[in-house]
Amino acid sequence: MSLLDDFLARAALAGLGVALAAAPLGCFVVWRRMAYFGEATAHAAVLGVAVALGLGLAVMPTVLAAALVMALAVSAMTGRGFAMDTALGVMSHTALAAGLVAVTLLADVRLDLMSFLFGDILAVTKSDLGVIWGGAALVVALTLWRWPALLLSTLNPDLARASDIDPRREELVLTLSLAIVVAVALKVVGILLIASLLVIPPAAARPLARTPESMALGAALVGATSALGGLWAAYHFDTPTGPSIVCTASVLFVLLTLAGARRHRA
Amino acid sequence: MSGGTPPVPLIAARDLSIRLGDHTILDDVNVEIAAGEIVTIVGPNGSGKSTFLRALIGALRPTSGRIERAPGLRLGYVPQKLSIDKSLPLTVWRFLGLPRRISHRHAEEVLAKAGADGLADRQMGDLSGGQFQRVLLARALLEEPQLLLLDEATQGLDQPGAAAFYRRIEEVRQELGCAVVMVSHDLHVVMAASDRVICLNSHICCQGTPEIVASAPEYRALFGTGTKGALALYRHEHTHDHDHPHDHTHGHDHGHDHAHPHKDDAA
Repeated sequence: MSLLDDFLARAALAGLGVALAAAPLGCFVVWRRMAYFGEATAHAAVLGVAVALGLGLAVMPTVLAAALVMALAVSAMTGRGFAMDTALGVMSHTALAAGLVAVTLLADVRLDLMSFLFGDILAVTKSDLGVIWGGAALVVALTLWRWPALLLSTLNPDLARASDIDPRREELVLTLSLAIVVAVALKVVGILLIASLLVIPPAAARPLARTPESMALGAALVGATSALGGLWAAYHFDTPTGPSIVCTASVLFVLLTLAGARRHRA
Repeated sequence: MSGGTPPVPLIAARDLSIRLGDHTILDDVNVEIAAGEIVTIVGPNGSGKSTFLRALIGALRPTSGRIERAPGLRLGYVPQKLSIDKSLPLTVWRFLGLPRRISHRHAEEVLAKAGADGLADRQMGDLSGGQFQRVLLARALLEEPQLLLLDEATQGLDQPGAAAFYRRIEEVRQELGCAVVMVSHDLHVVMAASDRVICLNSHICCQGTPEIVASAPEYRALFGTGTKGALALYRHEHTHDHDHPHDHTHGHDHGHDHAHPHKDDAA
């Protein structure tokens, strides 16, 4: 266990865990055009953190609950005829604002909140690692298990129903997975940047992918490279780790998009 | 008016009604589909044709009434449209293998049946409209269906393309012996190939062989009188006024949900 005693090794493992879980899920976020759904779920985490710190509850379970409530609330609103972006706009910013207000009322937790907004991957403890890898494994298992059904539901709900698949149940699987990823990614990139970890790696993998599976695999590679590369950059240039990880992913996105355009022309 | 249906239908709608909010989309519809027959459903935009098909595949829950399926019924469904997001890379082979993976050879075989030979390794997004429809048909044929359901399957195809597609359906029916239920706008092409035509406008206005339906007053009220109604359809003259007697029993308060918007995207 000596490896885990090194804070950099713990940080690297935490980053890898989140990147691997976010990759296949992020593909669905991109395919279903749910990018802002991920954002809203993440904003709910601010409220979750505030409540947890205020009431002295464990942070991750509370954030998980808040993210889930948010996701279900948005689903319920769109079911009642609100446009998706309206529902997200209302719920997402309400959660963010309410979270910030709640934190201000609890004056002594204000400092703690900063680490949740921007992540604090270098402060990941062994038990954090356990939660991150546990959550990541759960999400990966869930997406792999439901993969064909999720794919077909994403393509066309009626085709799914004709194959005896209930698209609403698959949507619930995605919602649940999204909430878990948000909760475990909290320490790694922070609330404000979680959505980028869902969207950028799949978008980067898209130009070179020919099947959904290769895109998910590519996204996992891009995510893992970003996590390690960002960590290395943060260490060497003394920059904040979360934003460094996201910047690395963005650089990979640009490079792979250019490579894809080249291949397309060839 | 349930002329000549055999005792055990593949699928049947019994007193099927579907309401969304206070809007009645299907009102007390009774239909039986027998093995091997080709049934075409016609009706103006917003008449509930697609809704009826979606109820048959189980995508919509009836408000009242029920759908009865023969035990173990295998059905293939070709949706009205399928837009694949550009962000989703998908080969034809992989598409056919959803939700159950199939071998490349099996994919080639079923594509050939649908007249889409050699497309297995193409990206879905790169297919032409006609190729795309034939791939959708191939997917519906995968499990050798006893019942094939097509919802405006020729939308976006030109006249020769649509005609070729329907010839393909006819061939498939002869090969597999499956029943075919299709919703269509291409009356003049489809009517001739059908064993039975059902004219739907929330309720069943009339049904029977193409000749009977084309001359039925209810049908003419919907589609006009010219050239078996095909011309009138393209002019979108959907003035639905029932001044004539009916042979079915429900309130005839027409004019409420029969003011159809003259758009081309069917409900």
